[in-house]
Amino acid sequence: MISAQHTIAAQHTWLAAGEASEHRGLIISLFAVFVAATLVITVWAGRQTKDAADFYAGGRQFTGFQNGLAVSGDYMSAASFLGIAGAIALFGYDGFLYSIGFLVAWLVALLLVAEPLRNSGRYTMGDVLAYRMRQRPVRTAAGTSTIVVSIFYLLAQMAGAGVLVSLLLGITSDSGKIGIVALVGVLMIVYVTIGGMKGTTWVQMVKAVLLIAGAILLTFLVLLKFDFNVSDLLGSAADNSGKGKAFLEPGLKYGATGTSKLDFISLGIALVLGTAGLPHILIRFYTVPTAKAARKSVIWAIGLIGAFYLMTLALGFGAAALIKPAEIIASNKAGNTAAPLLALHLGGVDSNWGAILLASISAVAFATILAVVAGLTLASSSSFAHDIYANVIKKGQATEKQEINAARYATVGIGAVSIVLGALARDLNVAGLVALAFAVAASANLPTILYSLFWKRFTTSGALWSIYGGLVTAVGLVLFSPVVSGKPTSMFPDVDFHWFPLENPGIISIPVGFLLGAVGTLLSKEVPDAEKYAELEVRSLTGTGAH
Amino acid sequence: MATETPPPAKHQLPSPVEFTEAQASAEFGELRRAHRSFAFPLTIAFIAWYLLYVLLSCYAGGFMGTEIAGNINVALVLGLAQFLTTFLIAWWYARHAAAKLDPRAEAIKSRMEGGA
Repeated sequence: MISAQHTIAAQHTWLAAGEASEHRGLIISLFAVFVAATLVITVWAGRQTKDAADFYAGGRQFTGFQNGLAVSGDYMSAASFLGIAGAIALFGYDGFLYSIGFLVAWLVALLLVAEPLRNSGRYTMGDVLAYRMRQRPVRTAAGTSTIVVSIFYLLAQMAGAGVLVSLLLGITSDSGKIGIVALVGVLMIVYVTIGGMKGTTWVQMVKAVLLIAGAILLTFLVLLKFDFNVSDLLGSAADNSGKGKAFLEPGLKYGATGTSKLDFISLGIALVLGTAGLPHILIRFYTVPTAKAARKSVIWAIGLIGAFYLMTLALGFGAAALIKPAEIIASNKAGNTAAPLLALHLGGVDSNWGAILLASISAVAFATILAVVAGLTLASSSSFAHDIYANVIKKGQATEKQEINAARYATVGIGAVSIVLGALARDLNVAGLVALAFAVAASANLPTILYSLFWKRFTTSGALWSIYGGLVTAVGLVLFSPVVSGKPTSMFPDVDFHWFPLENPGIISIPVGFLLGAVGTLLSKEVPDAEKYAELEVRSLTGTGAH
Repeated sequence: MATETPPPAKHQLPSPVEFTEAQASAEFGELRRAHRSFAFPLTIAFIAWYLLYVLLSCYAGGFMGTEIAGNINVALVLGLAQFLTTFLIAWWYARHAAAKLDPRAEAIKSRMEGGA
């Protein structure tokens, strides 16, 4: 997700000096082991998937700790592993700013969203948004915004995945990159259609353990090099970076102009408010039996994600201290290969240990990508099947079997769409897509969730105004931002129709989403359904009648 | 995985009248107040603290660069402080919920489901 700003795509470089190709065999073997293991898990989980609650919510039988691991696995994308470490390696302190927004955001989920959602919903975000509203329009809106957020997020991961894996394997041809994107797409379709939420959850747990173990190992090796003296590590990083003390202060990446500072503030707001509106994160709370277990999952996730982001500091500054910046940039302009390079250097560039470490860390990055895309695909196909197919098209008359089948077809459809778009987007700047996913989640979903749960007066029109208003404002502003046109890094660098100066729309679109929800409610003559609100409020706080 | 434990028994949902009565009850009022008076101000506080940190990073470079010990400067300490406050708030909320929210929620839930 961090690929925001450090575009994973659009880089045509590869691991320095053919290191990758020497170790390619080992890397591919480890990838294959991971894929084989996850396929076994998937088939096993598939056998246990019998009804809708199994497919959508993993049978609701995971423990708080298991789900906390899976939430971490769902949230920490390859981009936050490779991206943050790389950003710190190249821009020092400014790389660290992201991890803070990504972590603090979890408190919104913990205090306001996770437990009420678990208590009152069944399978999707739409369950809660439409609870006391007219079902069809609100479900349609919730489904639309779920699919838009998930597809943008997915696309960014797929495009990033193609480029990253190609980098790690030393594949530079276009057909090679497209092949990787297609492989990732097919695997995610298999995980989700066969394994459903159970399979996806286990894949995410395995990934989280591998990622955290990899980070602990590298952090330990980095600190060992500096005799556990953090000040020395920072000093060497500053010296080796060639930027001196400025490397340890804010401003190297975002401090250039007034606009870039404003852009950072906008991104910061979107990050901190976006997480609690990301559908693929929200549906994870349905996999545990109670709200208490949902709370435990978030607390575990905060602990694990927090610890992981602290370790990325050591990885980033370690890479800055031990590897010449030119070597990192030569491998990948955005620094995305800093962590694998660090592994190689820590093990010894010409030694077997170096090769083994590099291969292991590369395999972890691959595992990370697969677990995240599976979660995203599941969120969007669940919402299509449960919100749009079952409740809008079939008006609530679909059988469970029809609904699950619809979800499986939707998975194949969404997977196919993302393979095509991911292949087309392989050389595009993915920054806008990820920033857009967070901004749309914060502008369209979060206001509607909070109003639905806590504002008695809120109505159907209010919900539609905030979802569509937030969605259109966020997407619209990005369309006319430098992400899409007018700059060399834009998607369409040769044309210029941008008039919105910032890359991230959050600073405007989030207040607009909240405001429109309130205005739409106050302007409508609709009388809120008091009985339904009583039901939602009592259920959301007490768990009465929870599924 | 704990798949051996049976899923929680499905209860008949209480009637709209029961929900409306429950919502109006003093007991539920206390639960709502205990949740909102904790969660709302704290949310505003941690978002304000986070924004302060973002603004300082953007506009107070000199202050943030002040060294405290060796190469460790104010920026790094404040960043780590954000981690620390996040961990502390999570722990604090878990304690608050276990002491003030769970018992009240349990009582209302078992009364409502017991009657159904």
